[in-house]
Amino acid sequence: MSDTHAESVAYVRDTMLPQQPPPASEAGAVKWMRENLFSGWFNTLLTLVSLYFIYQIVTGAWPWFANGIWTASSLAECREILGGQTGACFSVLTERWNQLLFGFQYPSDQYWRPVTAFVLLIVALAPVLYPKAPRQLLVVTALYPFVAFWLIWGGTLLAPLVALIGVAGGYVAFKLVEHQSFAMGAFAGLVAALVIWVLGGFVSGSAENVLALQPVPSRDLGGFMLNMILGTVCVSLSLPIGILLALGRQSSMPIIKWICVIFIEFIRGVPLITLLFVANVVLAYFFPPDANIDLVLRVIIMITMFASAYIAEVIRGGLAALPRGQYEAADSLGLDYAQATRLIIMPQALKISIPGIVNVAVGLFKDTTLVSVISMFDLVGMIRGPILASTEWNGVYWELWGFAVLLFFIVCFSISKYSQWLERQLATDHR
Amino acid sequence: MSTYADPPSRAFTPSMLINDRRYRSYTFQFIALLLLALAIGYLVSNLLENLRVAGLNLSFDFLGEPAGYDINQTLIDYTSQSTHLRASMVGVLNTLLVALLGCVMATIIGVAVGVLRLSNNWLVRKLMSGYVEIFRNVPVLIWILIVMAVFVAVLPQPRDFRGDDAEAQMLWDAFAFTGRGFYLPKPIFAAGSGIVITVFAASIIGIFAYRRHATKTLYDTGRLLPTFWPSVAIFFLPTLLVFFLLGGPIALEYPELKGFNFRGGIYMRNSLISLWFALSIYTAAFIAENVRAGILAVNKGQSEAAASLGLRPRRIMNLVILPQALRVIIPPLISQYLNLTKNSSLAIAVGYMDLTGTLGGITLNQTGRAIESVVLLMLFYLLISLAISAIMNVYNNAVRLKER
Amino acid sequence: MKQIAILGAMTVAGLSAGAVSAGTLDDVKARGKLNCGVVTGLVGFGAPNANGEWEGFDVSYCRALAAAVLGDPTAVEFIPTTGKTRFTALASGEIDVLARNTTWTFSRDVDLKFDFIGVNYYDGQGFMVPKELGVSSAKELDGATVCIQTGTTTELNLADYFRKNNIDYEPVPIETNAEAQPLYLEGACDVYTTDASGLAATRAAFENPGDHVVLPEIISKEPLGPAVRHGDNDWADVARWTLNALIAAEEYGVTSANVEDMAAQAGDSPEVNRLLGTEGNLGEMLGLDADWAKRAIAAEGNYGEIFEKNIGENTPIGLARGLNAQWTEGGLLYAPPFR
Repeated sequence: MSDTHAESVAYVRDTMLPQQPPPASEAGAVKWMRENLFSGWFNTLLTLVSLYFIYQIVTGAWPWFANGIWTASSLAECREILGGQTGACFSVLTERWNQLLFGFQYPSDQYWRPVTAFVLLIVALAPVLYPKAPRQLLVVTALYPFVAFWLIWGGTLLAPLVALIGVAGGYVAFKLVEHQSFAMGAFAGLVAALVIWVLGGFVSGSAENVLALQPVPSRDLGGFMLNMILGTVCVSLSLPIGILLALGRQSSMPIIKWICVIFIEFIRGVPLITLLFVANVVLAYFFPPDANIDLVLRVIIMITMFASAYIAEVIRGGLAALPRGQYEAADSLGLDYAQATRLIIMPQALKISIPGIVNVAVGLFKDTTLVSVISMFDLVGMIRGPILASTEWNGVYWELWGFAVLLFFIVCFSISKYSQWLERQLATDHR
Repeated sequence: MSTYADPPSRAFTPSMLINDRRYRSYTFQFIALLLLALAIGYLVSNLLENLRVAGLNLSFDFLGEPAGYDINQTLIDYTSQSTHLRASMVGVLNTLLVALLGCVMATIIGVAVGVLRLSNNWLVRKLMSGYVEIFRNVPVLIWILIVMAVFVAVLPQPRDFRGDDAEAQMLWDAFAFTGRGFYLPKPIFAAGSGIVITVFAASIIGIFAYRRHATKTLYDTGRLLPTFWPSVAIFFLPTLLVFFLLGGPIALEYPELKGFNFRGGIYMRNSLISLWFALSIYTAAFIAENVRAGILAVNKGQSEAAASLGLRPRRIMNLVILPQALRVIIPPLISQYLNLTKNSSLAIAVGYMDLTGTLGGITLNQTGRAIESVVLLMLFYLLISLAISAIMNVYNNAVRLKER
Repeated sequence: MKQIAILGAMTVAGLSAGAVSAGTLDDVKARGKLNCGVVTGLVGFGAPNANGEWEGFDVSYCRALAAAVLGDPTAVEFIPTTGKTRFTALASGEIDVLARNTTWTFSRDVDLKFDFIGVNYYDGQGFMVPKELGVSSAKELDGATVCIQTGTTTELNLADYFRKNNIDYEPVPIETNAEAQPLYLEGACDVYTTDASGLAATRAAFENPGDHVVLPEIISKEPLGPAVRHGDNDWADVARWTLNALIAAEEYGVTSANVEDMAAQAGDSPEVNRLLGTEGNLGEMLGLDADWAKRAIAAEGNYGEIFEKNIGENTPIGLARGLNAQWTEGGLLYAPPFR
């Protein structure tokens, strides 16, 4: 039909022209670049400056990286191989690999133990971190602290076993008495656990060689392993303490409230390094004269106190953000304080606080490097001390520090990415 | 219209301490207090017992004794014969100095990066988020040590400046950048320099007066006076005029290579610079995130409304977005300042003599007064953070939305 | 508050775990290990070797003490301490003996309540400079940048010396020897100062030790010795006489090679017999058995052997005996008689 018409009137076109592609400047990469890189003189300038910057970094770092020597036994040898060329001496990493990861005192034939503990940590964390992971794995999570203790510190398996039985016994006692009141249940649980621990202490104390791994004293821990241990232990210990402190601070009982407020504000007001000084040079005076509490344990105590104050503040924020109605609804259901907190308030408050808690955890993990200042040989301590001072590797800065940066970046970056993912998962409110 | 009579009040019985909600909280508090007292008593008795066994006592007398050691960077007069208290004061001032410098620089970098992260330039955006992620996710101690190590290793040392064909040259014969630090020209104030400084101060006041006047004119008459160039003119002209009229009373003292080191001028030590720089770039990464979040928190409708009023983009930023964003930005910014101040205690890693280096370092070592020194150290940081919290509260009250 | 409760619980646990303290000697015997505070790493005096085993001059003393008390030179827990932590570690009981080139001074002995049980190395503070600076005397160091290890008597001596000679200097405080090394090598300091023995040890670890000279001036007296807590005289006696036994053994010619033979039966020298327990009951008086000194000497050798093995002229550190020779050879080592 249109064909006939088209022939009849020459200058009116009534057929659709085929769609033309957009002009080259408005499509594909060109359009994208116009919009995102060269949209004005200022933006163009910025782009050029950035490109120059990237070019400088790449041309500076690439030959250094590509010429890297992986097999030399000292810096001098490495420089000889390079023969004046720019190049990295990555051989310091291969040669000191075990020292960087485990410190220089952990028995080398036992390295499989921390490695196993680390692998198990991933398995144990999976059900906590990923709601979709099989629930049965939670058993691993519950057992993990005891197994990890046994793997890393060695000694008889009975000691962590007794600790585990104590916890289990305490839980059973709590469940039995809980119907009376929460406080009574908690008290009964505590007593039961203590009784089991004291009794079990005699048993495991007398049988030191049952299922024993070679014991490793905590001062032999070192390298990145020490950072991981301190980070994991202190974060997990500080979570429950932080929750209690936050509840205490929100409490209506003035004395309890003020104890918590003073504690939290004091800890948050001082730098971690002074608390580590306390662990290092002061804390020993506060223990009984012959209680020999070693430095790692003292440091764990202080870092845990530090972290729990910060976590308490984060959770307090979560508690404050809950609508008043939630508390009132819980009250009107006739729930008592413990029930309301456990069933209504805390689950919601914790959900709100997760990003904050993860931030604290990342910050804390980074802060574990501070122990190098009080002469402990964590990753940073190993690099600053034994490695950089050794005759062979005097002056290998970039490679060693680059490695430290990389390790911390990988761990911290993935934790914060995880937290962002989790935040999206938990965002159940509709916007 | 029924009336409720009060329930008959029951006589108090001991069991109510457990079962009655009104009294139970007293029981809990009493138990908590008791436990706390027991714990403190236990720790204190341990402390006393340990001190008795070791034959030590707690005393702050050591603060009055001569310190005996030298400190390289002293903002107040100090010799090795000064007291430990004086040495601690030197440390306090050094802490405050690096904290202040760090806060200023971190703010500048942080705001710039935060704004650039929202730029519509893709490359810049990616670069800036790369910067933020890298610096946020690596411990500040590592940054401090890296900056120090690289600083010392990369820059030339004073000995490289020596000789006729030296490996390194001073910049304009006035600046020397060495691995030991930066040597800068120092102003020497001769007679008459007071007048120059007064004129300079007066012209700064003048700038503000002019700007006020311009704003008032704008509101009264609607005439927009130029502000930028007049401000620049007021800033420079009178001072320069007076300076040359008086025959240049302010001279510069240039650093010169004499013996082992450069002498004269201002000497910024490598420890100060690396600590300052590392703390700044680390904290700036956090500040950038705060700034970005603050700007994003301003409702898009605000900028659209401002645009529809015909405001230019810069004015939208200055008059509409920033004032609202600042309300969100400043509280976390202040807590970043607090963090920076606390992180400055890592100075000990590079040998910068802040309070941790003097009181918590050499004084502690020399006198062996561990408990006393650490307690004083903590008190100082506690005071600083309480002061900063107080400032924060004042600010929060000031900017709170006034509801009428 | 919760933390304090936990602390309390832990200390209760700690109390119940350990027996009531009766004295360091009994503690060490009960524990079966000697806790010995050493330097964090100073080649020749105390540093872990490639296998992570501690060795050095001070370390050998710890091994000898462990051998004397426990019969096993390897029953030692080495606890690295810095200048800052060493005194607290000792005062709080974390370590039983501090063998970490610590200078015996009045205030440490009297005010800090430690007992120095003798001198195992007579030292003095010196200066090391790169050869290319062409400095031959400390008096020429006007305006120099000086790296100092903090937490030692070093910074006090330095301040005194420069004040006395009216010279300017720029102190750079460094926490450990390991950190001072790169600063000095990169030229961030002109001079490195610490005890002369430490300088020799540090220099030995350099790639080109020949490029650095130790200046002739010794600006202080640094008698270095092991220290124990004040007031526990039984333990101090054991520590003191173990050191004296090592020194006396050299004087009497008892070495690790011949100590077994000499201790097998009483010989002609009454001094040696009493020392090695073949005569008299000196060991019993100390609260040890008769063989204590034999084991101490057998562990790492007598004083001379320890010196030669760790820091002597045939080692990279290459220290001459000097003041640390026996009194019979013009040195200051003079062990009181064993009787």
